[in-house]
Amino acid sequence: MRRIGYLSKVGVTGRGLVVALPYLWLLLFLVVPFVIVLKISFSDVDLAIPPYKPLLEWIGRNSLAIKVNFNNYAFLFTDALYIHAFLNSIKVAFISTLLCLIIGYPIAYGIARSSATTRNFLLLLVVLPFWTSLLLRVYAWIGLLKANGVINNVLIWLGLIHEPLTLLYTPFAMYVGIVYSYLPFLILPLYANLEKMDWELLEAAEDLGCRPWQAFYKITLPLSRNGILAGSMLVFIPAVGEFVIPALLGGPNALMIGRVLWDEFFSNRAWPVASAVAILLLILLVPFMMWYQSVQARESAGAR
Amino acid sequence: MANAGDAAKTAPWRDPSARAYVQIERITKSFGDFKAVDDVSLKIYQGEIFCLLGASGCGKTTLLRMLGGFETPSSGRILIDGEDMTGVPPYERPVNMMFQSYALFPHMSVEQNVAFGLKQDRVPRAEIAERVATMLELVKLGGFAKRKPHQLSGGQKQRVALARSLVKRPKLLLLDEPLGALDKKLREHTQFELISLQDKLGVTFLVVTHDQEEAMTLASRIGVMDHGEIVQAGTPSEIYEFPSSKFVADFVGSVNIFEGKLIEDEPEHVRIGSDELGGTIFVSHGISAAPEAIVWAAVRPEKIFMSTAQPEGTDNVVRGAVQDIAYLGDLSIYLVKLPTGKVVRVTQPNTSRHAEAITWEQQVYLSWDATSPVVVTR
Repeated sequence: MRRIGYLSKVGVTGRGLVVALPYLWLLLFLVVPFVIVLKISFSDVDLAIPPYKPLLEWIGRNSLAIKVNFNNYAFLFTDALYIHAFLNSIKVAFISTLLCLIIGYPIAYGIARSSATTRNFLLLLVVLPFWTSLLLRVYAWIGLLKANGVINNVLIWLGLIHEPLTLLYTPFAMYVGIVYSYLPFLILPLYANLEKMDWELLEAAEDLGCRPWQAFYKITLPLSRNGILAGSMLVFIPAVGEFVIPALLGGPNALMIGRVLWDEFFSNRAWPVASAVAILLLILLVPFMMWYQSVQARESAGAR
Repeated sequence: MANAGDAAKTAPWRDPSARAYVQIERITKSFGDFKAVDDVSLKIYQGEIFCLLGASGCGKTTLLRMLGGFETPSSGRILIDGEDMTGVPPYERPVNMMFQSYALFPHMSVEQNVAFGLKQDRVPRAEIAERVATMLELVKLGGFAKRKPHQLSGGQKQRVALARSLVKRPKLLLLDEPLGALDKKLREHTQFELISLQDKLGVTFLVVTHDQEEAMTLASRIGVMDHGEIVQAGTPSEIYEFPSSKFVADFVGSVNIFEGKLIEDEPEHVRIGSDELGGTIFVSHGISAAPEAIVWAAVRPEKIFMSTAQPEGTDNVVRGAVQDIAYLGDLSIYLVKLPTGKVVRVTQPNTSRHAEAITWEQQVYLSWDATSPVVVTR
């Protein structure tokens, strides 16, 4: 076997390099930043640049003191704002996931059951929005939802309403934005799951006395469980920390943790508190991510 | 010989007064311009194992799916036990199907799979448990109730599928290539199990298969299908010994077909002159064909005698050279090339262990009885 000359002498193989590269990437862009944020979350606020005090300090000539400050975390639990924001984020993410599921499941099912040619076309339609930046698409919703926007104008023109409805800057607008943006993330894994489905099982169920909807409930739904979970996690996890959509479409009282984080960081310049919020958010989401991982692993192992 | 009453019981299709259990009346199914099933009429009697035999694409599966309710006939109707099935969805038909892929529910145990149809019918819990247990015992899967389908072998899956489709006691069980996915040894064994199970339960079976051996062993009657039509229906021996056309003769078993012209057409016998054979064929029964008509005489390989000494007579005798021999243990297949270039297939049982064997290139005489050839006109 050919090895990379010099490297092989120190025990580095080509295969080792290939494996090492993604780990290096993770180390540089995930672990290191995480450690920095973790560090900031344990430090004191300071009127300086950067606006926090170092953890390590020389006191006297030969002693180095580590000052770990848990106040930032304690603060999060004393101020109801943060707990409220956390709970609200989870609520919004949960409802959005549910809405995505209700809208996305029939779409994924429809694509999986269509003929091979239409299937590719429909999948293209699902992915098509990604060709435009998320920000632009969310701004487009402003144009649709505002008082003299497309939706209100059409409704007035049809004579269904006389006064424009307040759509923008409401929870409704926020949900529209989140569901719209995250829908493809639910459809694609669910489609991938349903596409592997053996439709003859539905015929077998009907043969044994199931009406079509019963066959769906007893066969299709349980067999697509992993697809549902995978898709839901892909919506739920990022939606909890979502900042852009609530900020642009939601009302001023759309209190979500992503927005609190932004405010702490940029408006209050309270980096340590913001970091603590970020760390806590991460801790909150880790169980969901681990669950998602185990579902994925089960899915690829093929044991349903 | 059995008397007439017995014959009607064992062979109800011979009794014109017998009531058909499944009645297929002039069923046609078109997909666009293509007629998958073309004007098929068929009567199946209670307790029968009826096999639809044909090559892939002959329409047999479409016909089966129409009986199951998964396809709607373009025209014609199906009656099961006197009830018109037109417009009746699969879940309301007194019919169950065993799918070729078995279609076992992967997320349910063996037990749950078998119980599925009974639960659907809201059969009381205790009765479900009892019927499922009995059924699993019957297909010899008593110890496998808690297993999931992916933990079973092919043969076990097949039996679960069978148990699941039989536990509802359907009036008609449809089996789509029931043994297709099993290896040869297991297939033979399962064939006999299937017959004894059917005998025990008395359910009417309709089997679709492309395997003529499977059809021959399983069936009480076989319907040979070609291009969406049933070209011949009859008992296995009728199909084999009295094929009605070249297609059937050739499709079921192997056969030597000699094209020829009627040169003598008497009520008691016919004589056919065949250039292909390079001789004449004498058949000891009359046939209905125009004089001088082109006909085909079909002779099965096992009905041809092979000898080194010249047999008496001039009819049904021909000389040739052994071109190839296939030794199969119980019998040997000889391919004998005639001077006309036609290759004739002959099978001979290996009755003796030390017989003086006929070898390659040897000149042999082939002959057969006047009762052996079947003359077909199409």
